[in-house]
Amino acid sequence: MASTVPAAVVARGWGWRHAGRRDFAVRGLDLAIAPGERVLLLGASGAGKSTLLQGIAGLLGGEDEGEEEGSLLLDGRPATGQRGRAGLVLQDPEAGIVLARVGDDVAFGCENLGVPPGEIWPRVGEALDGVGLRLPLDAATSTLSGGQKQRLALAGVLAMRPGIVLLDEPTANLDPVGVREVREAVERLLDRTGATLVVVEHRTAVWADLVDRVVVLAPGGGVAAAGPPSLLQRDADRLAADGVWIPGRAIDLPTWHPTPGGPLLTGEELTVGRGGAALAEVGRIGVRESSALAVTGPNGAGKTTLGLTLAGLLPPVGGSLRAGERLAAGRGPEPIRWRSRDLLSRIGTVFQEPEHQFLAADVAAELAVGPRALGLPQGEIDARVDELLERLGLVRLAAANPFTLSGGEKRRLSVGTALATRPAVLVLDEPTFGQDARTWRELVLLLRSLVDDGTGVVAVTHDEAFAEALATATLALPSRTVAVPA
Amino acid sequence: MTAVAQRPVVRVPARGFAAANPVAKLGASALLAVALVLSLDWVSASVALALESVLLAACGVPWRTLWIRTLPIWAAAPFAGLTVLLYGRPEGRVYVSWLLVQISDGSVELAIATVLRVLAIGLPSVALFLTVDPTDLADGLAQRLRLPSRFVLGALGGLRLVTLFQEDWRALELARRARGVADTGRVRRFAGQAFALLVLAIRRGSTLATAMEARAFGAPVRRTWARASRFGAVDAVLLASSGLIGAVAVAASVAAGEWNFVGGG
Repeated sequence: MASTVPAAVVARGWGWRHAGRRDFAVRGLDLAIAPGERVLLLGASGAGKSTLLQGIAGLLGGEDEGEEEGSLLLDGRPATGQRGRAGLVLQDPEAGIVLARVGDDVAFGCENLGVPPGEIWPRVGEALDGVGLRLPLDAATSTLSGGQKQRLALAGVLAMRPGIVLLDEPTANLDPVGVREVREAVERLLDRTGATLVVVEHRTAVWADLVDRVVVLAPGGGVAAAGPPSLLQRDADRLAADGVWIPGRAIDLPTWHPTPGGPLLTGEELTVGRGGAALAEVGRIGVRESSALAVTGPNGAGKTTLGLTLAGLLPPVGGSLRAGERLAAGRGPEPIRWRSRDLLSRIGTVFQEPEHQFLAADVAAELAVGPRALGLPQGEIDARVDELLERLGLVRLAAANPFTLSGGEKRRLSVGTALATRPAVLVLDEPTFGQDARTWRELVLLLRSLVDDGTGVVAVTHDEAFAEALATATLALPSRTVAVPA
Repeated sequence: MTAVAQRPVVRVPARGFAAANPVAKLGASALLAVALVLSLDWVSASVALALESVLLAACGVPWRTLWIRTLPIWAAAPFAGLTVLLYGRPEGRVYVSWLLVQISDGSVELAIATVLRVLAIGLPSVALFLTVDPTDLADGLAQRLRLPSRFVLGALGGLRLVTLFQEDWRALELARRARGVADTGRVRRFAGQAFALLVLAIRRGSTLATAMEARAFGAPVRRTWARASRFGAVDAVLLASSGLIGAVAVAASVAAGEWNFVGGG
């Protein structure tokens, strides 16, 4: 691999306000990153980490996009307009892919940089090798797993031979295997090219031994703390209070021993799938009162589909799923045949993408949708909404549009929309995505208290710590999908 | 979490005209269409259809696939014909007359011409485009036809989002059931869901734009193309044969005295 010249970053009193926002996302930032340095960037959600990465990547700029203060220099020149010098990988594996075929997608950046065609394909081969993706060049990008997609995005960046690699929570949406794949690919990439690295990630353990320095952004602007990775241990208490995950330190939770009660939902010889096509053979499965079932397994194993089936949203493809008499409460035994309104007090669902379930113009109204559909009196609705705003830390956002919240806030709101109708069963799909250590802990405690009150919780999750902290039973679905060439 | 996208492109070993440049396929379809919309008579359409059967055989698409994918055209053609049969301008002997419906010699002839024409334009277009890969088409449009690359690549990137929109729509539907609002007000719910999809589409679109810019899309240098879009013998043959089919069809129609120029009234 041809060597690259690592890039230096210098921010002086830098700030950025997105057009249409009142507050600056980042303000008064002074920071210098030396060529070849590897930096882990931390900070509470909303501290402007993603904005800083986009700034370094040269993606911010233009009067219509926002307002800039101070200066942000890449190799001594303004970052904007230096396309290709910095390579950025985003959190959502789906977001990084541009083209339909693996080879074409990696080549895309080189083409844009005007690399001579004869030089592009060798670069593509090297980049795919570099991230350990051994797939045919014409493999369809849509068939890749989440970990493969992130490595593909990394290869697309690598092929451009950037001086600095920027990673925005690259492993947040991945299963443990995917996390390992991406971490190894990044390490190999840096060892080969010597490029500078800035990575944003809540789960610091993944990156702590790869980086030279940890930088914590302050919510109001500026740098709250910076130093070697040992800073994470030395300042552990303060950082943990700010929601930073400390490597090797388990979240402090009280011991908990719930006693599961009678059956709420029972599946026999259950097969789940979509549109009649079977995706996973589950067999026997039960959800009981005062219990928490964790559904684990690699990406593509059918976890989400099982969750939606248990939630009465998809019909079983084979076998049966029956509600116990207490849950059915006068309706038939098959949840899929219940009316939409009947589901509210029986089975609540928190979707993997919170945005899919938002219906109202502000956070408080969003929480009121379910109770209103149940026909509860106004006083009761208000009481439930206020209580949830408080418990989920959303009070100051009560009047905000749900779509403008941060990823972690959106997820908490989507949990709240399901809790508002007090369902007997609660199905959650990846509820801990994007949560920092503090909101993660609150979520666990909240769900535990629901279980204590008799709720049957089903959580589809990659998060091993979460499953351990909450589950009274675990169902691991086996792997089944493999990437196939187009 | 990841649904496998069903690719609409038919993947066959690049035999015959399947191997042609997408721009040549586009051009061939256009040539046939232009020759056939100039006149509304049964001779030019049937001559073209007969000659096209050779073209279809050379398209490299298995007959079964071709049959399934062209079903909509086989279904649409008789309907178009029926409309002309019932409401076409009366001429010659009138067989049936009821309210606005008039079936005459003239409308029977026009109906047959219409059915043949829909088939003669539709079948080769579908057969040729079944084997067009969107990426190859974009390469061709930008490199051969010199369309602006920003526009072409933006459209290509956007195309990938269509599959995601389908998944979004299904998820929105399930989410509305889960939130207790799916029992009544079908029309209003549909409108709300469509609006939600629009919001999601805009967000996905702007994320895609960021991803593309992060890979130097729009950099102030001359863009290169990793895949050269070439014009070769097969493209020349394809264009020449469709030009010939059009010309023979028009000539036959004129010779038979059936030429009926649309613009001439």
